[in-house]
Amino acid sequence: MSSSSSPSPRPRVGLFVTCLVDFFRPSVGFAAVSLLEAAGCVVEVPEAQTCCGQPAYNSGDRADAKDLAKRTIALFENFDYTVVPSGSCGGMIKEHYPELLRDEPDWARRARQLAARTYELVSFLHDVRGVRNVPVRYDGTVTYHDSCSGLRELGIKDQPRALLRSIPGLKLVELPGAEVCCGFGGTFCVKYPEISDKMVANKAADVIGTGADTLLAGDMGCLLNMAGKLKRLRLEEGARPVRVRHVAEVLAGMTDEPPIGEGQDKGRA
Amino acid sequence: MSNTRTQILDGIRRSLKRGPLDQAAARALEMRLERPLRGPVPARTRGLDRDGLVELFERLAREVNATVVRVRDLDAVPDAVADFLATHNLPADMAMAPDPLLDRVPWHKRPLLNLRRGRSHGQDAVGLSAAFAGIAETATLMLASGADSPSTLNFLPETHVVVLPAARVVGPIEDAWDRLRATQPGEQLAGPTMPRTVNFITGPSRTGDIEQKILMGAHGPRRLHIVIVEDESAGAQP
Amino acid sequence: MQPTSHRFKDNVRGALADAALQRALGFFDFGQAGLAERRRQAVAKLPEFEALREQAKAIKDHTLANLDWYLERFEKNCTAAGGHVHWCRDAEEARQTVLDICRRVGARTVTKGKSMIGEEIAINDFLAANGIEPIETDLGEYIVQIRHEAPSHIIAPAIHLTKEQVAASFRDTHTQFDPARPLEEPRALLDEARGVLRQKFLDADVGITGANFLIAETGSSVIVTNEGNGDLTQLLPKAHIVLASLEKVVPTLEDAATILRVLARSATGQEMSVYTTFSTGPRRPGDLDGPGEYHVILLDNGRSQLLGTEFQEILRCIRCGACMNNCPVYASIGGHAYGWVYPGPMGAVLTPSLLGIENARDLPNASTFCGRCESVCPMKIPLPKLMRHYREQEYERRLAPATARMGLAAWAFLARRPALYHSMARLAADVLGRLGRRQGSFFNLPLATGWTATRDMPAPQGGTFQAQWRARQRGKGRR
Repeated sequence: MSSSSSPSPRPRVGLFVTCLVDFFRPSVGFAAVSLLEAAGCVVEVPEAQTCCGQPAYNSGDRADAKDLAKRTIALFENFDYTVVPSGSCGGMIKEHYPELLRDEPDWARRARQLAARTYELVSFLHDVRGVRNVPVRYDGTVTYHDSCSGLRELGIKDQPRALLRSIPGLKLVELPGAEVCCGFGGTFCVKYPEISDKMVANKAADVIGTGADTLLAGDMGCLLNMAGKLKRLRLEEGARPVRVRHVAEVLAGMTDEPPIGEGQDKGRA
Repeated sequence: MSNTRTQILDGIRRSLKRGPLDQAAARALEMRLERPLRGPVPARTRGLDRDGLVELFERLAREVNATVVRVRDLDAVPDAVADFLATHNLPADMAMAPDPLLDRVPWHKRPLLNLRRGRSHGQDAVGLSAAFAGIAETATLMLASGADSPSTLNFLPETHVVVLPAARVVGPIEDAWDRLRATQPGEQLAGPTMPRTVNFITGPSRTGDIEQKILMGAHGPRRLHIVIVEDESAGAQP
Repeated sequence: MQPTSHRFKDNVRGALADAALQRALGFFDFGQAGLAERRRQAVAKLPEFEALREQAKAIKDHTLANLDWYLERFEKNCTAAGGHVHWCRDAEEARQTVLDICRRVGARTVTKGKSMIGEEIAINDFLAANGIEPIETDLGEYIVQIRHEAPSHIIAPAIHLTKEQVAASFRDTHTQFDPARPLEEPRALLDEARGVLRQKFLDADVGITGANFLIAETGSSVIVTNEGNGDLTQLLPKAHIVLASLEKVVPTLEDAATILRVLARSATGQEMSVYTTFSTGPRRPGDLDGPGEYHVILLDNGRSQLLGTEFQEILRCIRCGACMNNCPVYASIGGHAYGWVYPGPMGAVLTPSLLGIENARDLPNASTFCGRCESVCPMKIPLPKLMRHYREQEYERRLAPATARMGLAAWAFLARRPALYHSMARLAADVLGRLGRRQGSFFNLPLATGWTATRDMPAPQGGTFQAQWRARQRGKGRR
């Protein structure tokens, strides 16, 4: 295990893959690795990572949340950076771990140190590695949804748009209400499914209204929610098809896998 | 009565985990009241001279649907008021505040203007007041109640006409409070030295209560007409 | 009003199915011309807004830390101006005090400016039960009063209604007018209400208002309005009663100016509301108008107990409504679903604070923690954090349903055991991935029927990232 205290010409990045990417869409993880390596990083994926603890934290179960936080800190604190393809989990580590562990001074210090080196993927590429364009092409009209934690906890707004605008063939149209919550909210969509549905119905209507053929965002929770609703609207109401992907997939030029919610037999890229 | 008072105060102190403030702490709070600190004051009025402030006031007043006219001196006020009433087909009857400034206006120049000095009881179409100050920051009129300034004129008549000397226009809200303080003994506004009612008025009355659509003229005046008098000598603060 | 916060889920079901309500909520319109956008534009025009927010928060925090001293100073100045201050521990004491004043002056009718404290202590029903007629004069409050409904928003009480519903209520109630009169346009409705209420203002014996602020320096109460009804309510009758909870006090006129600068902008996008009125005591010698008596009810009703707790920050709330104007949950279900006086994000914290979390446990749970409320709160109240504290209390007190606790416990159990977690995740991803490969999503998924009732569930790609990564690393001869 190399020491992280000496500056490395190629930063060592620990990828916190997140449970949703790990389970639902590994290709996002590989897109993240590809982008990070192209930006000059050495990427490692600590095997023992599982969950950042946010479901427990937001359910009021501080004990379990602390436990998972400590495990995560111990796994990642020796990297130069910890990068997360999610504003929600990224925000948990960066903003909430220090507060969660504030009563245990040693852990609180370690949490603060990890937080200082933890970034969401796209903002890491743009703000820390200075990436301004990506050597890929994407033919399509894209609209972008701002995931709440990424926007409000981590300040992610301009970075994905800047990178997307640099892609030849890609036309970016703003989503009205881009900053309005899609209704996923982790446990919220399980506890209050009808309210969640109303919110995602509004979001889907906004997306369809832009005329875009592609919807991107930086958080799998939002993407599963929006893709699921758009698909259902297409099946039941003949709504226009919209390809839903994680923004990392487009930035990495890895769009061979079917979009989220689409099957193999659709054959859409 | 005093029992519940004690219980509530005790409850507050229990929650704050302390007894009543000691002398030093209380003194610090006294000083904070004696020399009130201003928070951040919007820069929009900074560095503006009298003309600049009046211009800003006028512009912002129109944005909130008040009508504004500038006249050179008190002599020009009767024409300004009478013409305004005629333009809007309003009766020439006005309930007027018995204000020394308004008494200096040569109303006889427009003899058809019918002025009744006093408060309104709800039967007046037009009320006429003098403003204590004008706050340019938001085009807000400051009116203070008193023997020469009945507050009912500000709310009951459908049309409210306010004479505002340019000399009484200030920049930020805090300057208006300082002007009011200056009229009181010890420059303190506390209890009896604070007027019974101070009205900040910013445009005519309105509501957004039906389908979030803004409509002018709810319960207060539908029309607010401001006559700014430029002549410095008109302005002496009451 | 009788709280129905404990029936939140039923309320929500009703709200989502209510076509008229959904049409009215459509006017919130986050993108375009609604209240959220108006606030955003007003804030964009004031470079000092962030600094003002910071100062406003500091003023309130300072005041709360010295609340006892400031309330005593307020009382001293108010009394010196000829006012009466009544310290009321709870709703019952406040109601009785109001009634005593009304009886003493022989009140038959009472006009009311909008007051959330009035709703909190349910003063209208109490007065009516004691033979005194309360008349709401704020247009929105008047509309809900004639409909026998509660307000659904703290500044726009009738925001849940369409103009058709308002017109129907006017026709039912204002039987003195020609039934064939046109009432399609909000203008006609407003003019009619203005006419109907004008005489009520003049006839009322007592006027009751709330208070946006109490000012310790001067002994004044402050109301911030647009209609002018609050002023007519407090100016004309024999007695003016102010209903104010303890935390309304601010130290000085300058402090009030700071908070006023963020209040209207946050509430409606106006730079200043039409009327901001500072009232200090009754009519003075020489005054030509004004109330003969002036009373301030200082209401505790749970505020002193919030001080010094992890929920103290909700006491900074200035009732601007920005949080609910910007909340996508509120915009989906409206204010009545929250079941009591205070809806939206601030209600999700204040309601359990005043009624007890066991009586309102859904409210702090029905949030995605999107954080928009906190970002627009002029007093920088960390609303999601406070809601989370209530969730922590619920968890500790086992108020959450058993299934939720078990699900969480199972998840945490797995998450602490990486090897088990990974193999189970891989198994589930492979199975579901295979089942869902062709369609790409599930129309129906047992255990997720809340979701799949109205949305497809995208299928996993199959295999987990971790499994694939290890395989690749092994392939490259790395671990």
